[in-house]
Amino acid sequence: MRYETVIGLEVHLQLDTQTKAFCGCANRFGSSPNSQTCPVCLGFPGSLPVLNEKAFLHAIKVALALGCKIQDLIKFDRKNYYYPDLPKNYQISQYDMPLSYDGRIDIKVDGKDKLIRIKRVHMEEDAGKLVHPEGASHSLVDYNRAGTPLLEIVTEPDLSSPEEAYEYLTKLKSILGYLKVSDCDMEKGSLRCDANISIRPAGEKTLGTKVEVKNMNSFKNVRQALEHEEKRQAEAVEDKVKIVQETRLWDPDRGVTVSMRSKEEAQDYRYFPEPDLVPFVVDKRVIEDIRSALPELPEARRARFMDEFALPEYDASVLTADIDTAEYFEESARVSGKAKIVANWIMGDMAAMSNARNIGIRELGLSAGSLASIIKMIDSGAISGKIAKEVLNDAIETKKDPEEIVRLKGLTQISDGGQIETAVAAVLAKNEKSVKDYKDGKKNALTFLVGQVMKETKGKANPALVNEILKKKLGE
Amino acid sequence: MSTIDKNAVRHVALLSRLSLDDKELDLYSGQLASILAYISKLNELDTKDVQPTSHAIDSLKNVFRRDIKKASLPVADVLANAPSKESDFFKVPQVIEGK
Repeated sequence: MRYETVIGLEVHLQLDTQTKAFCGCANRFGSSPNSQTCPVCLGFPGSLPVLNEKAFLHAIKVALALGCKIQDLIKFDRKNYYYPDLPKNYQISQYDMPLSYDGRIDIKVDGKDKLIRIKRVHMEEDAGKLVHPEGASHSLVDYNRAGTPLLEIVTEPDLSSPEEAYEYLTKLKSILGYLKVSDCDMEKGSLRCDANISIRPAGEKTLGTKVEVKNMNSFKNVRQALEHEEKRQAEAVEDKVKIVQETRLWDPDRGVTVSMRSKEEAQDYRYFPEPDLVPFVVDKRVIEDIRSALPELPEARRARFMDEFALPEYDASVLTADIDTAEYFEESARVSGKAKIVANWIMGDMAAMSNARNIGIRELGLSAGSLASIIKMIDSGAISGKIAKEVLNDAIETKKDPEEIVRLKGLTQISDGGQIETAVAAVLAKNEKSVKDYKDGKKNALTFLVGQVMKETKGKANPALVNEILKKKLGE
Repeated sequence: MSTIDKNAVRHVALLSRLSLDDKELDLYSGQLASILAYISKLNELDTKDVQPTSHAIDSLKNVFRRDIKKASLPVADVLANAPSKESDFFKVPQVIEGK
């Protein structure tokens, strides 16, 4: 039988603020255990939470960028469950009157546009962190993370394949990056994703039993876990095994999902209004102010890049996916006036270098002016394209000025005919066989000889001139 | 209005990670039922024209805090009441995801 897959995603995003959601403790990753805690985030009796205004404004910004409506009356609720990472035994979250609802993200999969509805974006607080020492029969708790402002971004079950889920997450992360409200770093846990997935016979209207999948720490993991899960569920149905509603953990090493706990009894959070926080009403004018101050988002920027810099759609998409890359491109394109060449360098050599180092393009430390000066040197014939790659590499490694690198290392292109003729003569004398091949009509012998001359001149000879002089000599 | 019976108390006890024996279940379901019966007197009020509210002070809204850091507690104070600790961590019985 053929099945169709139904997926909904929940993304948790830590907001970038100085302090936690409901107290003045620092919101910072990587500090020593329990050094950023106080009576509020430790849940001491009698302590009272007060909402961080910055976190609230960040939340509205995200909601508006995702096309959500802001709730007229916003209220917080207690989600009750008992777990050592939750000091109050409830999480301050939102239930029936969340911050915002009814948003959307448009994605493109296999060339087809698809609208993914966002059900809600609401605020809540993060839990503490549990550490399980190897071989020990106890666990350790660090509450520094407890009370960190979080957004939960929930889709409708509109995604119909792991690939769509991947595209949605990529697009969402791109937008969130532009808003500068979070570092969106999955490795640090600033952005996390849980998935609900079910299958049903193709064409069937009612939804199948859904399974929640957790513990995926990259978008690739999400895609793999969902691919595995849709296969597992289809096999279960074929084998007449009932799919149970449960939470499963993705095990990236084995490439399988493993049952965690049955939801039938566990999921009963007994939500009720948080009496320690008053409701919130956002003035329409404040909403409009935030909306009009939203930055240009990836799609708009892509369109502008195509228009303003005459870039192909592919280039514009790649360059605008990440805000830092987009800004770096734009600056470099303006400084150098060579948009397409800048695009090629950024998408080629520079992307390779930043990927290899696992850092962003800005962190490579090459200023837009330096990139422009490399491009200018190629343009003026001062260095060859091949040498330029070396200069780029050096500039990034040593943080030196590209022009100084060229001068100090003597990399200036040889465009002096006499010098090249000497090198050509030496190469021709050493490669009689290739010369004969060329004269016998094997034209690719020329490519080999050009290469030898470049080698002889340590890559500094002007290739066009080498070609010209070689052809002339071979013709004699 | 839902009633509190032994099964309801057993369920809530499980959610709260409390272990109650049969005698306790009888005792607490009786006590809770009588508390709820007492509170349910409020149901006699006609609230047809009263707006629902989630907070006692209906006029108070939008209470914010500026995003400015305050001193946290010294770690020694944080852990002072912990029944069990290890270096700067709270130490708890083993919790493993999936159990």
